[in-house]
Amino acid sequence: MTLTGPKPAARVKRTAEGRPAVPHRRLRRMSAADRVVVTLMVVVPTLFVLLLVVLPALVSVLLSFTRWEGIGGLDTIQWIGLTNYKNIFTIYPPFYPALQHNLIWLVFLFLGPTLLGIVLAVLLDKEVRGSRFYQTALYLPVVLSLALTGFIWQLMYSRDQGLINAVTGWQIDWYGDPRYNLWAVLVATGWQHTGYIMLLYLAGLKSVDPALREAAAVDGASEVSTFFRVILPVMRPINLVVLVVTVINSLRAFDLVWVVNKGRNGLEIIAALVTQNVIGEASRIGFGSALATIMLLISSVFVVIYLNATMREPK
Amino acid sequence: MTRPQSESEYLARLVPPSVAALSGLSRRTVLKGAVGAAAALGGSGLLSACGGSSSSSSSSSAPAGPPTGTVTWGTNESGTTFAKQFQAEAADFTKKSGVQVEINAVEHNTFQENINNYLQGSPQDVFTWFAGDRMKFFASRGLIGDISDVWPLDGVAESFKTASTGEDGKQYFVPVSYYPWALFYRKSVWAQKGYEVPTTLDELTALAQKMQKDGLTPIAFADKDGWPAMGTFDALDLRINGYQYHIDLMQGKNDWSSPEVRRVFDTWKSLLPYHQSDPLGRTWQEAAQSLQQKKSGMYLLGTFLNEQFPADERDDIDLFTFPVVDTNIGSDAIDAPIDGHCMSAKPKNPDAAKAFLKYLASPDNLAAAYAGTKLPFISANAKADTSAYTDLQKKSAELVTSAKNITQFLDRDTRPDFASTVVIPAFQSFIKNPDDVDSILKSMEEQKKSIFI
Repeated sequence: MTLTGPKPAARVKRTAEGRPAVPHRRLRRMSAADRVVVTLMVVVPTLFVLLLVVLPALVSVLLSFTRWEGIGGLDTIQWIGLTNYKNIFTIYPPFYPALQHNLIWLVFLFLGPTLLGIVLAVLLDKEVRGSRFYQTALYLPVVLSLALTGFIWQLMYSRDQGLINAVTGWQIDWYGDPRYNLWAVLVATGWQHTGYIMLLYLAGLKSVDPALREAAAVDGASEVSTFFRVILPVMRPINLVVLVVTVINSLRAFDLVWVVNKGRNGLEIIAALVTQNVIGEASRIGFGSALATIMLLISSVFVVIYLNATMREPK
Repeated sequence: MTRPQSESEYLARLVPPSVAALSGLSRRTVLKGAVGAAAALGGSGLLSACGGSSSSSSSSSAPAGPPTGTVTWGTNESGTTFAKQFQAEAADFTKKSGVQVEINAVEHNTFQENINNYLQGSPQDVFTWFAGDRMKFFASRGLIGDISDVWPLDGVAESFKTASTGEDGKQYFVPVSYYPWALFYRKSVWAQKGYEVPTTLDELTALAQKMQKDGLTPIAFADKDGWPAMGTFDALDLRINGYQYHIDLMQGKNDWSSPEVRRVFDTWKSLLPYHQSDPLGRTWQEAAQSLQQKKSGMYLLGTFLNEQFPADERDDIDLFTFPVVDTNIGSDAIDAPIDGHCMSAKPKNPDAAKAFLKYLASPDNLAAAYAGTKLPFISANAKADTSAYTDLQKKSAELVTSAKNITQFLDRDTRPDFASTVVIPAFQSFIKNPDDVDSILKSMEEQKKSIFI
């Protein structure tokens, strides 16, 4: 209770003297224990971030300039400069398709499941009959791991034994044909992503002050303009979260693709290429690290945009 | 299909093999597989654990007295029939020698993918592995123990010894079993339609056309996992360019964009119309089932395909070697991968480990293993009792012993990084767009140069 202890005292003082307490005086009143707690709360997470995020990222960047099989000590690491990057950009066929697929993934998630999730949230917010049922049904896929989602959709997509071909009589090889498999996987991802966004947005909508809607109704605003002019601006923080979640989900895209065919044959994505090269018997650690570094640079762009947006947010 | 014997077997059948294959489990063991997967998870935890395994040197002299204590054994089969076979072998060894065997079973693909970390961590004394380059790669990096003093092994042929020898001339492997890659077919179907075994490429093509007329898919084909198509490439390259050229190609000495390799792909392209379409979304299990269901006429695969046949139909399977393409080359080289065991570089109990390896390569082991499971296991030991062999096993053994040269399979004959990150995507693009062969081969050669240094 040491942290909350001084506060009532300050409040009493403020009313007595008729002016607010000066901030630095409050700081000075922090006890030694407070300072230890605050320092620990800053230092411990920082250490974890440094140790588990920054350091491995730096090591990856360093390794990207080397050739290493992942066997033996540091003396077996060979410095080869930019060769890995040169090879990726010139003679590594899966790289450009992978970039393209990651981009398609992002655009699709945003235009499809994210918007759909928002629309569903708005509809469910209207308290339609059975909204709890719909809510649960739509959210259900989110609790499954993406790998499991891959298995479930395999039952639908299998060329010879799947449901879709059995019902329609088609002979389409959904997971195997590079013309379709990216879209087949995107639908499976979307199935899951929609529910997630829906729940996030629904939570946001529930927290909007009903007085705002009433005021808009009194002023004679239609449902649509109430949403776009009143609700949407109020929801700015949630909108930002939804946007970030979408970007993160598209960069994280990996599990589903790995389950389907290890990121080959039409399903190349950067995360899968990194894994193919680093994990397994192959162990082209340097080459895989170079791919990971490229991925890091791409995500940094989004991180900067996001930070920029949050920092500018008016108080 | 046989009727399911129990509820769990029935439930396991509901899972399509493609799904089961994803997790590396056979259809019949999908439920047991849940246990297996749990073991694999536990196993991979062990794999990454770096324990301090202080131990005596592995290259010590041959065991003086009878080995005692416990030997640990890392296996790449968990929850499968092969796993039961390993258990039977371990039990038999314990009975004969008094040495306890502690098995650490890991799911097959997990074991393979973690082999790097596994061998650098604290591996078991003895572990399952493959002969050829895949063994040499790790042996030359000091991760596999020298077991030259286990050799010579009574009854094991010289060619198997070569496949067990590292780059430094020492032995690092004991062969236990092998299987050939060949064209498999159903005797009943062929007898009914009057098909003859083709011995030349022209006869094969003619047969394929006849099968198409009869409404059969001539050659079953699947390459979802990336490796089965390597078997087709190996067969064609061995027939068109011969053993030495193939091995040099695998070792990075020959040019992938050369006219010789180009000829292999041209021949392959001419055969693609007779292969099952859309192979890239199909697992080998599904392709094998199309053979079992009499929808396909033949299938180029290893003997392990009979796992997809119900027990009472296995006698109906027969095989023949890939026909002659070039009469100057003939058809006396085949892929016959050898499976066996190695000793880790720093075993805790080297004496027991070596005794166990010697046992595993002995004819006794075969009897113990076969009695329990009846798998199509062909012993690498010529003195093994073959009276219990099925016709398919006998024919497989004959095919391999009559072959002049034996290769281990593409991903065991070349560098693992080249096979998985270059060959698989390249073959898959070829299957997708056979007309792009020039640019695919050029790219393969460029990537090869960046890896073989």
